Amino acid sequence: MALPSYTETRYRIWHYIYLTICTFVFFFLIAPLFVIFPLSFNAEEFLVFSEGMKNLDPDAFSLRWYKDMIYGTKNPWGLAAKNSFIIAIFATIGSIILGTLAALGLSSRHMPYKGLIMATLISPMIVPLIISGVAIFFFMAKAGLAATHTGIVLAHIILGTPFVVITVTATLSGFDHSVTRAAASLGSNPVNTFMKITLPLILPGVISGGLFAFVTSFDEVVVVLFLAGLENTTIPIQMWTGLREQLSPTILAVATCLILLSTLILISAELLRRRSERLRGINR
Amino acid sequence: MSSETKQILTTDGIPLEVSLKKAEKKNKIKAFLLVAPLLLFLVITYIFPIGDMFMRSVDDRMVTNMLPKTFKAMEKWENLEELPPEEVYRGFYEDYKVLVEKQEHGKLGQRLNKEKNGFNTITKRLFRQIKRNKIDESISIKEQINKIHKRWRNVEFWLAIKRTAPPYTMAKYLKGMDMYVASDGSIAQVDEDRRIHRILWLRTLEIAFFVTLFSFFMGYPIAHLLATLPMKYSNLLMICVLLPFWTSLLVRTASWMILLQQQGVVNDFFVMIGLVGDDNRPEMMYNKVGTYVAMTQILLPFMVLPLYSVMKTISPSLMRAGKSLGGTPFVAFWKVYFPLTIPGIGAGCLLVFILAIGYYITPALVGGASGTLISNQIAFHMKTTLDWSFASAMGLMLLTGVLVIYWIYNKLVGVDNIKLG
Repeated sequence: MALPSYTETRYRIWHYIYLTICTFVFFFLIAPLFVIFPLSFNAEEFLVFSEGMKNLDPDAFSLRWYKDMIYGTKNPWGLAAKNSFIIAIFATIGSIILGTLAALGLSSRHMPYKGLIMATLISPMIVPLIISGVAIFFFMAKAGLAATHTGIVLAHIILGTPFVVITVTATLSGFDHSVTRAAASLGSNPVNTFMKITLPLILPGVISGGLFAFVTSFDEVVVVLFLAGLENTTIPIQMWTGLREQLSPTILAVATCLILLSTLILISAELLRRRSERLRGINR
Repeated sequence: MSSETKQILTTDGIPLEVSLKKAEKKNKIKAFLLVAPLLLFLVITYIFPIGDMFMRSVDDRMVTNMLPKTFKAMEKWENLEELPPEEVYRGFYEDYKVLVEKQEHGKLGQRLNKEKNGFNTITKRLFRQIKRNKIDESISIKEQINKIHKRWRNVEFWLAIKRTAPPYTMAKYLKGMDMYVASDGSIAQVDEDRRIHRILWLRTLEIAFFVTLFSFFMGYPIAHLLATLPMKYSNLLMICVLLPFWTSLLVRTASWMILLQQQGVVNDFFVMIGLVGDDNRPEMMYNKVGTYVAMTQILLPFMVLPLYSVMKTISPSLMRAGKSLGGTPFVAFWKVYFPLTIPGIGAGCLLVFILAIGYYITPALVGGASGTLISNQIAFHMKTTLDWSFASAMGLMLLTGVLVIYWIYNKLVGVDNIKLG
């Protein structure tokens, strides 16, 4: 953003102050994530940069915490990772199915009480998590689903569907309904039309909603803390316990893996968003 | 145009209006059926349980069910300044005997003790008398019970029993605001040194407010920069916003714990530039500072993304027009650009404020004692004291607050402006 040559000095100064502030904020946002990388390769047991690390001594770095994460005998990370993935995958599938159907209904101009229903459907996103946690816990306890995978999956479907509903409704808002009418007039039944015409067009929205749901489930700790028993431990619960009790570098190794995972998700979400915009004909 | 209004018929001979209405209705049902599964699911697993929370928070039927005969007899107790009549004593004695048989008398003693201190002792005395069969049912029960302990002769204790009669109570809500129902039935404040909840509410509001403010002042410039830079630079910088957004909350909290600890990077840096001495490194974690810093960084993307999506739609020519009409850049910004970004500001502030007001994980990990919020208290009562009805009451008070904020926002700005990046 170059300034025009006629800019007065004081505005020039303001402009540089503004850029400096922006730099600081960007640094503030991203820098904390990068502290974790080097420390996770620490050869020592402390969570501070040792003298050796500051001098870039190769002996000060090691993979021992990654080994500990994978092969450590007492480490619950294997079970936690398995549980986290199973729960997140099922919760995502559930959220996508329920959320997409609801979004299709909501986008119909015939839908009665649209505002009220939309408010109900996205309420889990607005209500503070701790309250959702208490309410869902009461339900699961009554239904006998506390401390089961099923219970946690259902809880995460509750928390994940609003994202799918919102992203798919947004995708459908730019959707040209004449194509489905064209399909119908050519003799296609509604299911066939949906699978062949609508779904491919709204797929980017569905998947990006699904990504939100996946991340919500994978990262969710408040509700799981109420619901999970020892068997259902997940990565966030292990991180939570670890951070509360003793900060071991193994947690940083896990954290590094999680950052890599979120980078992957970020890239896919970004690609999807662009694809969706292209499909909806939004050009910039 | 024909002068007579003829009904238009479809090919089947049905009036078009009727046919259209029928089709419309069919479409309505179709749309509703699509929404129904999720709606039903949410109502059963989520909306009803929130109602259940309300029931739990006001439920006080325990004593009502334990002392049915007492409360029946109490209807005849007219002069509340004197001890209740013989029937009340007899009713209470009979109810209590049933409880002793069911071994539930201890629960009653504890519950009544909460209502009036000293109850546990005298119910235990009564229990011993009953166990030893010392009470003769053929003569006045009132006199015998009154002899057991002098407190039974104190009308205050009988009034306390009477107060537990209604099946519903607001006591938990009052407790959440550090108030209670005094023995004369009026609402009183708890002692000043025991008002913990009000401090927590105020602190929660304070932290949510300042985190929103900080996020706004930090988020606005960078959202503006992102919206005005050419795409190839802004896409790169956008990663700085989106990567934290997609990264696990616990990972980000962990990194703040590492940064802010006494031997941490931030303190190292302060020592290095000579801001503080090596031997008196400031405590930046386990207090409000830690909560502010970590929560601001974690919630900042929720401010930047709505701001960015609104700023992206503002044409740069508007600012140029403002300047060319004689405004300085500041005037042009303040009079033209800023008002246009208000929907984004509203959405961002609402999101951050609502998320911050219900925050739990980060304050619990970096907040220490002076950084804990109302959510931590709710979790504490859910998991440690197991006072679920109190946790429900506090949760609902928090929820009411959030809904009020949401409602105000909807009146001022409109909810439709919320976008997800």
